[in-house]
Amino acid sequence: MSKLWLIIGREYLSRVKKKTFILTTIFAPIGFVLSWVALIFIMSSGNETQKVALLDPSDILEIKEKGRLRDGLVMYSYPKKELKGLKETFEEDGYRGIIFIPEQPLDSMTTKFKIEYYSNESLGLNTEENIKEGIEQRVKKLKMLQLDVDELTLKRLKTGIDVIPTNMKASKEEVSVYRARIATVLGSIMMILIYSVIFIYGNMVMRSVMEEKTNRIVEVLISSVKPFQLMLGKIIGVGAVGLTQFAIWAVTLPLLYLGVGLLFAGKLQELQQSMTTSTASPTGNMGDMMAIMQELQNFDYTYIITVFFIFFIGGYFLYASLFAAVGAAMGDDWGEGQSLTLIISIPIIIALYVGSAVVRNPTSSLGIWASMFPFFAPIVMPVRVVFDPPMYQVIISAVILMITGVFFTWLSGRIYRVGILMYGKKTSIKDFAKWMFRKD
Amino acid sequence: MNVLELKDVRKTYQEHVACNNISFDIPEGKIFGLLGPNGAGKTSLIRIITTITRADSGSILFRGEPLNSTHPSQIGYMAEERGLYKKMKVAEQITYLARLKGFTKKEAKNELEYWLEKFDIQDWRNKKVEELSKGMQQKIQFITTVIHKPKLLILDEPFSGLDPVNANLIRDEIDDLHKNGTTILFSTHRMEQVEQICEHIVLINKGTNVLSGSVDEVKDQFKEFLFKVDYQGALPSNIEEHVTIISKDATQVVVKLRDVSHANNFLKYLLHHGTMVTAFNEILPTLNEVFIKIVGGKSDE
Repeated sequence: MSKLWLIIGREYLSRVKKKTFILTTIFAPIGFVLSWVALIFIMSSGNETQKVALLDPSDILEIKEKGRLRDGLVMYSYPKKELKGLKETFEEDGYRGIIFIPEQPLDSMTTKFKIEYYSNESLGLNTEENIKEGIEQRVKKLKMLQLDVDELTLKRLKTGIDVIPTNMKASKEEVSVYRARIATVLGSIMMILIYSVIFIYGNMVMRSVMEEKTNRIVEVLISSVKPFQLMLGKIIGVGAVGLTQFAIWAVTLPLLYLGVGLLFAGKLQELQQSMTTSTASPTGNMGDMMAIMQELQNFDYTYIITVFFIFFIGGYFLYASLFAAVGAAMGDDWGEGQSLTLIISIPIIIALYVGSAVVRNPTSSLGIWASMFPFFAPIVMPVRVVFDPPMYQVIISAVILMITGVFFTWLSGRIYRVGILMYGKKTSIKDFAKWMFRKD
Repeated sequence: MNVLELKDVRKTYQEHVACNNISFDIPEGKIFGLLGPNGAGKTSLIRIITTITRADSGSILFRGEPLNSTHPSQIGYMAEERGLYKKMKVAEQITYLARLKGFTKKEAKNELEYWLEKFDIQDWRNKKVEELSKGMQQKIQFITTVIHKPKLLILDEPFSGLDPVNANLIRDEIDDLHKNGTTILFSTHRMEQVEQICEHIVLINKGTNVLSGSVDEVKDQFKEFLFKVDYQGALPSNIEEHVTIISKDATQVVVKLRDVSHANNFLKYLLHHGTMVTAFNEILPTLNEVFIKIVGGKSDE
């Protein structure tokens, strides 16, 4: 037992003391926040207005006002010029391009309206959207005039529908509209977290096993410790590194966000305003924010975090031990082990897809069955747990995962113990099977 | 007392027999040579002794007890392919490996100081292993092998890759440990080293032991009654009627005799015929010759 602790200690400390660990742990949150700040600036400075000339010789759009009309990000203007002449000079006049409205009928029955766009550069997606929106709004106005519909009537046709869910089984009396949305976000975060831990730290275990094998230090080590102890110590030590990193991020990230949020409060508000006005979305409402905050407090976090950790640990052990087995089989040749790594990676990736589907539909039978399958459960179950699934399902899933996890750690230990002493031979899946049943 | 007693040790892997009923004893306090060509099963055997793998059948006694998992703490093993954690600092590495062998933190620290001083490498304690020269790494490797004061030291090709200065240094250490009563199992296929260092040997080939005993016994067993005669004057003209001449020049002749008693007669014969003998020596086979004779150059190499 004390040897296991020694190994865990070495695996843990040798990584935590590394410069790369310290740098990534410190700079990753800073990097996140910096990219966020950069995003704010890009989004707020990206609203560059573009002047575009509008030629409407047949006056289909009936634009009476002379001068400029701002729509979206595009400036329209009405030069008293022919299309042919304008094509030559539009750049000198300061236009990015020319919108030309060809002769065509426009009444309340029109469903398609064609416009032509001339410029010396290819049409960007943003510009296209802005042009479409601008023209559509103008056409809408004309149609409304023809149909004798005014703005108010149109607004009256709109009705907001609120679905108020009441789970009759749940003990809570009131379940707000926001619960499902928050659960989706929480579930997704947990899913991504477990997925990345399995991938990143599983790979780290694998590389570390390979390193010991190619270094040949393993031969010295396993004359004093059992191979299984060595593998287990490595898995636990590396896992602890992962937990440390996440714990540090869990503290620093929110603090940094808060700091940056305060620093750029003005800029943020400005940005939010411009976003709400342009897309006219109903978020950002003060009342909504309050409701979300309220709802956030209604989750049973002790339960969620407990379940999260059970599946986190189970999933990590299951996959990390498999990665260790592959690392032991591989030796110094990276390429040779690729197919083996792929076999482990496929279920994790599928699990992520299943998880994303389950987030959208947490009570589906796909979700229930996937959370009973131990290779998917570590990613799928934490997604479901925020949607209050029946307790027995959580327990069954956890028990299956634990049993499989222990079994595969044992199995990987058997492969590992043979693999680490094998040199200069290509390893196939067949060898794996042989090694599992090989005596000491 | 024997430190190690192997009896009919057998180990097979799916495809081949690595050790086929190998038996030998290693007497306490001796330097014991485990010889054999590449692929003879030396490493398989060592892995069994260090409890890395288990024998299929046969018995192994370590200081009179059946070999079990507590024994490796009394064994020091330096594998042929050296390995250390490249990114780890010298002192940390030595301490870690000593503690895995069962030393407490304090014991490990004391021994570390002793060895760093002994090899005069205190300045290197905080260097990473990858920053060291190969010879320096070998020294560290040696320290990690002997730091826990093993009763049995297993050295697999300990001098490979060492320059003469460092090889001598390690050899002196081996001598020191030997004087202090450590039993040493020395695995190699370099015969000249065996001859210089070992007292007892066992030769294995293709998984079976073909020969064992003290170095002198083995040489005696394989001697071909070759005698080297330094002389002045002329050899008797009919010398070839009595002995087979292996080589001959103006002052020296090597002859093959029937047995040791024949030597006396041959010497008398020379003196009788007026040859002036200045030296008369038996030529014993080198272990290398014995090795080649037994293995017949048909090793798996």
